[in-house]
Amino acid sequence: MYMLKRTLASSIKYAALLLGAFVALLPIVVILFASLKTKAEYAATSPLTPPVNWLNWANYAKAFVNGNMLTGFVNTAFILLISIIGATLTGSMIAYILNRFKFKGKSLMLGAFLLATLIPGVTTQVSTFQIINKLELFNTPWAAILLYLGTDIIAVYIFLQFLDSIAVALDESAMLDGASYLTIYWRIILPLLKPAIVTVIIIKGVNIYNDFYTPFLYMPKTSLQVISTALFKFKGPYGSQWEVISAGIIIAIIPTLIAFLSLQKYIYNGFAQGSVK
Amino acid sequence: MFKFSNLSYSKQRLAIIVAFSFIPLALLVTFAYLPVINMFKYSFSDWNGYSKRLEYVGFENYIKIFTDPEYFSVFKVSLYYFVATFVQMGLALYFATILSFQTWFKNVFKGILFFPSLMNGVAIGFIFLFFFKPDGTLDTLLQALGLGSYIKLWLGNPEIINISLAGTSIWRYMGFNFIVFLGAISSISSDLYEASDMDGANRWHQFRYIILPSIKRILQLNLILAISGAISAFDIPYIMTGGSNGSKTFVIQTIDVAFKYSKVGLASAMAVILLLIVIVVTLLQRLLIRGEED
Repeated sequence: MYMLKRTLASSIKYAALLLGAFVALLPIVVILFASLKTKAEYAATSPLTPPVNWLNWANYAKAFVNGNMLTGFVNTAFILLISIIGATLTGSMIAYILNRFKFKGKSLMLGAFLLATLIPGVTTQVSTFQIINKLELFNTPWAAILLYLGTDIIAVYIFLQFLDSIAVALDESAMLDGASYLTIYWRIILPLLKPAIVTVIIIKGVNIYNDFYTPFLYMPKTSLQVISTALFKFKGPYGSQWEVISAGIIIAIIPTLIAFLSLQKYIYNGFAQGSVK
Repeated sequence: MFKFSNLSYSKQRLAIIVAFSFIPLALLVTFAYLPVINMFKYSFSDWNGYSKRLEYVGFENYIKIFTDPEYFSVFKVSLYYFVATFVQMGLALYFATILSFQTWFKNVFKGILFFPSLMNGVAIGFIFLFFFKPDGTLDTLLQALGLGSYIKLWLGNPEIINISLAGTSIWRYMGFNFIVFLGAISSISSDLYEASDMDGANRWHQFRYIILPSIKRILQLNLILAISGAISAFDIPYIMTGGSNGSKTFVIQTIDVAFKYSKVGLASAMAVILLLIVIVVTLLQRLLIRGEED
């Protein structure tokens, strides 16, 4: 009786998992199928039918070239790189002084960063837009970079939390050796923050790569399009050419898939940590 | 030659506090506080975004939002996303619980369930346009299962469009909740399970009396965040439908009013309302959690 119950429970478990995996994968798999079909084949077959030729790259070439996806990748990479370096530096710098020093206005500063977490970015776009405009940054990559840096309070939090676990005794012994505060930050704190930096890079990286409205609103110029906006442009001219759009979708997902497969462990940790503010 | 390390520690301290806080603070003020202050200011005006003069109109914008059904009806759309969050959370909790115990291909399932939440929003929008379009994935699947009579215009029918879109939102965000719950559950000491095993507890008992109380805080946090999440839904409906057929959400409405119709004043008032809702909800959540700790 007990055995039977166990078996039944475990069959339900695996059925649920398989169903979950099926629902998660099916929408993506059919896109992969469509991306490898020729125009005639796409028109004649059902979405669930696999392509005849698994090595038909014609749609990929078309999507990549006509969709200007290379520009998208270059711009995304540039913005990603500068924003991540910037967020790591500014975030760790402010966290360092807030965690290690006592000074006037410190609790005010801490409070200001805390309060800012209450303001969701989407709500203030209307007036943020005017500021970017006044700074003459509209239609430059710096609009996105500054916004990604300026709204990055999560990074500050992750660093603050992590700094608590780095012993102050380390700073003190370095000071006995005559190290300056700058040296302590650069040589001791920053290297020890490595796990926190990885977390910040992952969360930030995923957010920036997937962000749509910042580039869409602030950098409409074609030469500045990122992956999200480049893909969004497929909506007009390729409206019915789903085999080409599908190839574009897969091209946009591939970097995420590669990053996920190679960094799995860190990504899981990063997301679990980033959510517990 | 000047060397930073030759300064006394007290001078260094001052220098480093100023130098290290200058850029982060400048960014914080410019991109977090200034927009909020301006937004309040604009919300009492009829500014169009480019004219030189700001004409103040008092509470006119706010009155319009709460009385004109065109502006108020978007809150109804939020309800769909709000309800969807409960489904999403339930699924996430279920999968997190069963994958916390011994399971074959555990990591494969974990990866597959989590991956959608890492994907590009525009890509997801397109994937689901294909999924819901006539003769698309869903229709073909229903056909194959002999359920062809249930086929509907998933994105063309105002009655069901928000259900389709909220479903997409579940698909997209479930994995994120799942991984957070999984992390929380994995921090529960295994001694507790062993002890309860000896007392003859089954899986349901373990879930009810060990797992649920241990992750209560994070569960509450996620549920309350769901309210602001539901009101600020944007990407998926904007990319997929542009807000047509009655799928306009509050944020789409705000962006349209501001950038398409150049009514920055009115849009700011909408944004202020959204901000106030989010702040109230967040404060509520912090209070609840604090109450829990006492």
